[in-house]
Amino acid sequence: MKQGSDTFDVVIIGAGVSGANIARRLCSYELDVALVEKEADVSFGISKANSGIVHGGFHHGSKYLKARLEVLGASMFDRLKAELDFPFERCGIVVVALHEDEMRSVEQLYTQGVENGVIGIEMCSRERMLELEPKLSSDTVGGLYAPGGGIVEPYRFVFSLVENAQKNGLSLLTDYKVVQARRAGELWTVTAADGRAVQARYVVNAAGLFADEVSRIFGAEEYLVHARKGEYYLLDRQTKAKPDRVVFPVPTSVSKGMLIVPTVEGTVLIGPTATKVDDKEDCATTREELDTILKSARNMIPSISEGDVITSFAGIRSVIEEDFMIEASAKVPAFIHVAGIQSPGLTASPAIGEYVKDLLKKAGLRLVEKADFDPFVRKVPRAKDLSPFELDALIQKDPAYGELVCRCERVTEAEIVEAIRRGHTTLDGIKYFTRAQMGRCQGGFCTYKILKIIMRETGMKAGEITKRGGASTVLRGEL
Amino acid sequence: MKELQFDSAVIGGGAAGMAAALELSARGLSCAVIEREDELGGILMQCIHNGFGLIEFNEELSGPEFAQRLEEKVRSAAITPFCGATVIEVEDNGEHKVISCVSGAWGVIRIKARAVVLAMGCRERNRGNIRIPGSRPAGVFTAGLAQRLVNIEGYIPGKDVVIIGSGDIGLIMARRMSWIGCKVHAVVEILPYPSGLTRNIVQCLKDFGIPLYLSHLTTNIYGQDRVEGVEVTPIENGALMFDRSFRIPCDTVLLSVGLVPENELSRSLGIDLSPMTNGPWVDSTLMTSVPGVFACGNVLHVHDLVDFVVEEARRAGSFAADWLAGRRKDKELRVKAGSNVRYVTPGRLDPARDNKLYLRTLIVKNDAVLEVRLNNKTVRSQKKSHVQPSEMISFNLGPSELAAARESPDSVLEVSIL
Repeated sequence: MKQGSDTFDVVIIGAGVSGANIARRLCSYELDVALVEKEADVSFGISKANSGIVHGGFHHGSKYLKARLEVLGASMFDRLKAELDFPFERCGIVVVALHEDEMRSVEQLYTQGVENGVIGIEMCSRERMLELEPKLSSDTVGGLYAPGGGIVEPYRFVFSLVENAQKNGLSLLTDYKVVQARRAGELWTVTAADGRAVQARYVVNAAGLFADEVSRIFGAEEYLVHARKGEYYLLDRQTKAKPDRVVFPVPTSVSKGMLIVPTVEGTVLIGPTATKVDDKEDCATTREELDTILKSARNMIPSISEGDVITSFAGIRSVIEEDFMIEASAKVPAFIHVAGIQSPGLTASPAIGEYVKDLLKKAGLRLVEKADFDPFVRKVPRAKDLSPFELDALIQKDPAYGELVCRCERVTEAEIVEAIRRGHTTLDGIKYFTRAQMGRCQGGFCTYKILKIIMRETGMKAGEITKRGGASTVLRGEL
Repeated sequence: MKELQFDSAVIGGGAAGMAAALELSARGLSCAVIEREDELGGILMQCIHNGFGLIEFNEELSGPEFAQRLEEKVRSAAITPFCGATVIEVEDNGEHKVISCVSGAWGVIRIKARAVVLAMGCRERNRGNIRIPGSRPAGVFTAGLAQRLVNIEGYIPGKDVVIIGSGDIGLIMARRMSWIGCKVHAVVEILPYPSGLTRNIVQCLKDFGIPLYLSHLTTNIYGQDRVEGVEVTPIENGALMFDRSFRIPCDTVLLSVGLVPENELSRSLGIDLSPMTNGPWVDSTLMTSVPGVFACGNVLHVHDLVDFVVEEARRAGSFAADWLAGRRKDKELRVKAGSNVRYVTPGRLDPARDNKLYLRTLIVKNDAVLEVRLNNKTVRSQKKSHVQPSEMISFNLGPSELAAARESPDSVLEVSIL
């Protein structure tokens, strides 16, 4: 169905976790697909800064689309991990009740989980809770255990999805901010701020926080995407307060509350807060909110210490109303909204890919399976996961595996080079791909080494390298 | 995988590592020095300013010159340096310690040694550690990283600079950034007194007309892509005066907010650490809680002068050699931090010989007194014209002053600043 280099069957706007899942799903069919992203790299929006949870399927009732997609999406992660080699683990989730009156809400969650078809969910006594998670507060009165819940590195998930989609024919266009859309005949022409244009028979709007603007640009439905900011603390992997499972408080009517997450990579994440903000790019952390996080986390695990904090950050969620809004536009043809993907968006995202594929089919897109679809990505050996013997063997083949760049997270030059060759050329992109700069020194020792490797591999000049694209240049020139 | 055996091994090839290795080698012991950078010298190599060596060499040297003096001796001694090799694991197999290190040139090497000296130095505290709120733009560097970028790599981190914290590296960088044509708008210090050496306040700030805001906290960092400014708030009686907050526009923030001994390897060996120094707890011979493993330099506690580091490292090397020769410690007495003392190291003394002690005080005071009490009896009362937390205090205690401890077991020595 090739129609020329810049004409596609489907153009997806937004390379977050939704767009990436949709792209990979569509690339398993005989289709020309493009994924356009306004940032310098994929996963640089909402998908980079969230709790990284594969939820337990008990937080929302089945009347919500988000609950149905959550349960289905969660069940798809094992296969995706086997194919796409991203950090994911079903460590289980506990919900901790600290007062007797919270147990009523726990019962409700349990009933909801059972109705949603969640397997293995369990109501727990105080003794069972403390057996599951001995670091919990002595105030614990009981709770809920969902063994199928898990943890995932969201940006690595997106990187793998996009990389695999590219392997199967996806065109990825970054720094592509959509500013104009025109429909002529059967085709959309989608123009970027820098003048580039692509044509598409179908457009999927997965623009996250900016889905409302994109909808307006296409003349489709008017709605508002609200930004809700969540602040987090990251704790050193040496913290003594690390739980074995994700620890949730009993949720309130508006929020799932602040959680304690043992990340797949061994650190601990606490947060998020939930504050409505006007500026959709306001990722600033605040003193008050950060204090709230520590206090709230200590209610559940008292041994959490300020001294373990290695960094703080904030992420933004996109919220329309209570539920996801995934539907074909009634106003304009061949335009699908994937908007308001708030929590549990990451969990639901594989199912969102399926759902959107079905919507496109309903809208007339012909789906023919690609005979040579390759579902796998090429694995990158990670020095920190290898035994000294395995590492030694690898260094004999590639000496760059012997050059340790990031000492805190044990990342070698070979892994940095691999990240760059896969298109991650900003400091943040390399950080998310390799974990270099993500440990306790936060890049204090390795940043200059990474800058030099980027220059060598890409030919960029010192003043051209950015933290995360745009005007975020790291250096102001040479002496 | 290559396996090598030495009498002793030193982890870290900076000033401390080289000095310890020289001492071991002088005692006729074979010694490996493992250094992750491609050359010996450690952090001295990026400290191109002078002021090093006044005590050690009785002259004023730059960091690289100081390192070179040690390196020349290392090269002519029976010491085997492994540069570009990073230690990833240390195991204690009783008789031997086995150090696994990784390098591009040799792959993974396992070095067996009967004694190990830890000399890994320290790392800088960063933004996350001190929890500065705000956005996360490019242009926030630790002062040491900026120093490396300017002095060794030859890059300009930014043009309009605010330095948070008045630690020595920050002060040195204030002058350095001025010299390369940048404007340093302020140094902001949370405490009512500077964290760096007085000579650096004079030579790096006053001489350049750079304002120092004492008792001020950086309460926000602004900027979407690149730093655009910081918000600074005065502190009065322990409270933040937000009504008097002001904003300083800048494109670069350098952090000089303290150093932390790098003890991840020590921790993996099960070595007991002191919460006050963040370094290993050591006895009178600078031996850690794991027999045969010694520690010196900034991995033990953060020093303010490299001359002190070298002095301490030499003793660590010598004690390690004694230990390898079969000498085991005699009765020791316990050392305790008394009034106004943040820490005193080592934690044990040998009453039969001369001991060197280092301490940091908690207070700024003129006409202070260093008071040493053994089992509640004053054994020394020494006048100090001026003390402050940023200037380490060192002193010696010999057998005559510690005589009482040789008779009574469980003796306690308490060191105070009054």
